[in-house]
Amino acid sequence: MFAEFLQYLFSGLTSGAIYALAGLGFAIIYNSSHVINFAQGEFIMIGGMATATMVAAGLPLPLAAVLAVVATMAVGVALEKFAVEPARGADVTAIVIITIGASIFLRGAAQVLWDKEFHALPAFSGDTPLRLAGATLMPQSLWVVGAAVVVIALLWWFFNRTLFGKAMLATSHNRLAAQLMGIPVRSVLVVAFALSAMLGAVGGIVVTPITFTNYEAGIMLGLKGFSAAVLGGLGSGAGAIVGGLLVGVAEALASGYLSSAYKDAIAFVIILFVLFFMPSGLFGKKGTDRV
Amino acid sequence: MLLEISDLSSHYGRILALKGIDLRIEQGELVALVGANGAGKTTLLRCLSGVQPLSGGAIRFDGADISRMSAEGRVAAGIAQVPEGRQVFGPLSVEDNLRLGAYRRRGKGVAADMERMYALFPILRDKRHLPAGTLSGGQQQMLAIARALMGAPRLLLLDEPSMGLAPLLVAEIFQTVQDLKRQGTTIFLVEQNATAALAIADRGYVLETGAVVMEGTGAELLADDKVQAAYLGL
Repeated sequence: MFAEFLQYLFSGLTSGAIYALAGLGFAIIYNSSHVINFAQGEFIMIGGMATATMVAAGLPLPLAAVLAVVATMAVGVALEKFAVEPARGADVTAIVIITIGASIFLRGAAQVLWDKEFHALPAFSGDTPLRLAGATLMPQSLWVVGAAVVVIALLWWFFNRTLFGKAMLATSHNRLAAQLMGIPVRSVLVVAFALSAMLGAVGGIVVTPITFTNYEAGIMLGLKGFSAAVLGGLGSGAGAIVGGLLVGVAEALASGYLSSAYKDAIAFVIILFVLFFMPSGLFGKKGTDRV
Repeated sequence: MLLEISDLSSHYGRILALKGIDLRIEQGELVALVGANGAGKTTLLRCLSGVQPLSGGAIRFDGADISRMSAEGRVAAGIAQVPEGRQVFGPLSVEDNLRLGAYRRRGKGVAADMERMYALFPILRDKRHLPAGTLSGGQQQMLAIARALMGAPRLLLLDEPSMGLAPLLVAEIFQTVQDLKRQGTTIFLVEQNATAALAIADRGYVLETGAVVMEGTGAELLADDKVQAAYLGL
């Protein structure tokens, strides 16, 4: 009984960590531009696909992973430079639609560059499951959670301890004042896309040995990350992390105790619930500001 | 001459907000710009800071044409603005706000200047680890001024520093402005509170629907019948 619950919990926390990374990606771009970047899931896909391809071509995994992260960040920067930046000054909704278009484009490009097949990666440290209180835990799950923890810690350090990170926070709070301080607000948006791409790519790489990946693997992961961000409160970093873990655990419990047919529905039920009953999410700013 | 604006015009969309502005500020001067709400005062300051495009004319700063320079470039060149409504970075600490004011500067002068700001506004030292959003209106205004001064500006633009403050605080802020001038800072002060601004200004300009309609020394403008009728409520 408890072993079963623990089993679902492990599986939920593993996928939750990926959703948390994707949710953070949404939050960072949302904070810098109020745009919801629906190509976030494609960053996850590109990270996983690129690593799988390079490992299959004989590159050692660590090198392949680093190159894949760099490549995904380059895609993120290109997305900002060539799709979002030219529309600067346009309505936010228009830019959101641009990112939907970009996600379709990236999926198409991945289909052409690779194929429609599933690609796999070997587990980073073997397939021997660990036994814990009657439940089994795959070592790759520890990689997923560990990578998420490391990346989140690095992000925390960046935003709280570096001048550029603080400048990004300042820009998200008040763009005009940031400009008046001489902060290069356009670079802030470029860096936001690069960071979000990095988050997606890391998630994509560590999860591929568990779920495999293909050109459209990003759709579902991106939407789950979006529900994580909405549940936590759009723009809240802590919210995205908590939201991601909650979405992951909720869908693992639902598919375990109800039916695995409901697994994907859970994330969307959560979005609807949040939008109806608590539009600002768990940690989101309330709709008022002190003047 | 530190700042020279010639024949400047600017549009919001198709609406002409500023037309044919000529204005100059000498090194060390305190120049006031007064005028009613909507006259274009804030727009002029935004043009000077490079966050509002010009549609004609030129801005020269210390002899160089900066009309097309980026906002970052102007801060680096020495133009700092205290925006209308203070606009401090609410979620960030007081100290981080000050540190970001010096974003364009590198080197060790920054720490010394931070100490100078705490000496100028001791309340900011007491609250340096608190989020700026928790400060009172007057304290936020002090922080906004200190933040701009952290950029070691050669020209300080002040947009409505007295707005929304209690009379006692207004007096304190204007005292600070005078102190800064005495220490040699060149100041361009934009105010709806025309009496207080003209009383401390070396020279002043009156802006009306996007154009300069009068200029003179602070005392001349204060004594002028038309200015009195229109802006001083006398």
